[in-house]
Amino acid sequence: MASRRRDYDDIPGTIVFDGRQSRRGYALNKFLMSLNQPANREAFKADEAGYLDRFRLDDEQREAVLERQWLRLLQVGGNVYYTYKLAACDGMTFQDLAGAQTGMTPEDFAAMMRDGGRSPQGGG
Amino acid sequence: MARIAGGVGCSHVPAVGAAIDKGRTAEPYWAPYFAKLDRARRWIAEVDPDVCVVVYNDHASAFSLEVIPTFALGLADEFPPADEGYGPRPVPVVRGHPELAWHLAESLILDEFDLTLVNEMPVDHGLTVPLSVMFGQPEAWPCAVIPLCVNVVQYPPPTGHRCYRLGQALRRALESYEGDERVVVFGTGGMSHQLQSERAGLINVDFDTEFLDHLVDDPEAVAAIPHLDYLREAGSEGIELVMWLVMRGALGPRVREVYRATHVPTSNTHNGLLILEDA
Repeated sequence: MASRRRDYDDIPGTIVFDGRQSRRGYALNKFLMSLNQPANREAFKADEAGYLDRFRLDDEQREAVLERQWLRLLQVGGNVYYTYKLAACDGMTFQDLAGAQTGMTPEDFAAMMRDGGRSPQGGG
Repeated sequence: MARIAGGVGCSHVPAVGAAIDKGRTAEPYWAPYFAKLDRARRWIAEVDPDVCVVVYNDHASAFSLEVIPTFALGLADEFPPADEGYGPRPVPVVRGHPELAWHLAESLILDEFDLTLVNEMPVDHGLTVPLSVMFGQPEAWPCAVIPLCVNVVQYPPPTGHRCYRLGQALRRALESYEGDERVVVFGTGGMSHQLQSERAGLINVDFDTEFLDHLVDDPEAVAAIPHLDYLREAGSEGIELVMWLVMRGALGPRVREVYRATHVPTSNTHNGLLILEDA
C-alpha cells in the first residue's frame, strides 16, 4: 500500500495509531472491543479459535492473538487500549502488557519504572 | 450565570483507581502518592462545586472504532461505570446535569464547536479516576458531572490550540447560563507516558515541568505545542495532555496556582495534579 511518510515515523519504538494502523486493525480491534462484554469473555476463554471465527482477522492477526504476541498485535493494527482487554483476560496488568512489548522481563520493567522510567534521550 | 470556581488538571491512571478500589493506598508503593492528595481534596471540599465538567478521553469503552467523535458531550441524567474488559469499577453511578449540559451544547455549537451529543454512555477510568483522586470513596459523588469526551486514542486528536479555544468557549457558555452553579472544570490524562511498543515506559519530567509552568503563565505557548512534540517528548500516550488545555482555556488569562503535585511513577505514568483559580 502506497503511503506517504508522516513526521512521526522516525520516533523509535513507537507505533502511532493513525489511519494506516486503524484500517489495518479494524477487524482485530472489533474482536478486542467485544471482550468488554462478560459473556463474550467467557465464550472466548472457552474456545479461543472458534470465537475468533466470528471476526475477519487475517492470518497474522489470528496468530498474534492466539500466541499472545503482544508487540506484534500492535504491529498488525491493534490499538494498545483495545489490546489490553485481551491482556486483562489473561490476568495481566497494564504494566505487564507495556513491559511485554519491550522484551524486558516484568521485574526489570517494573524496576525501570520505579527508578523513574525510560529516558526520552536515546533508546533508554 | 454559572461561576467557574477553579480548574483541576489530573492524570487518570487506572492503577490509581485500582489501588483505591482494593484498599491498597497505604502500601509502600502507593502511600507517597496518596499523601499528596490531601491538599487537593481539602480544596475541592471547600469549593464544594455543584457541577464538575470533566474533560477526559474514552478508552474503547463507550466508543469504539465504529464511531469516533472528536468532542462528545454527555447530556444524560446518569452515566454508569463502564466494563472496560475486566468488570466495572466499584464506584458510584455518575449523576449528570442535563439542563446545564443542554445549555452547553446549544451555546458551544452556536459558538462553532461542532460537538457530538450523547444521551447514553458508560464512563470509564478516564473520568472516574479523577473523581476518586479528588473525592475519595463517597457513597455517592458529591456533585453533578458533565462529561466532555475528547478523542485522543485514534490519531490525530484535536490540536492543543483547538482544545484551548474550546475551553474559552466553555467559559462563555457557562457564563451565559441562567443558574448560579459553582463549576469546577477538570482536564485529565497525561502527563508523559508511553504504553506501547519498544519505547513503552517513557517518562519525561523536564517536558512535563515546562508544560505545567507554561500552562499557568503562558497558555498560548502551550496551545502551540505541535502533536509531534507530544509524541516525541511526552510519549505516544502523553498527547492526552491536550485535554488540560480545555481546562486552562475555561479559566481567565491570569491564574493563581493553588496546588501542584507530581509523582514518578504511578504504574507507567508521570502523574500530575494541578489546581488553578482565576487570579
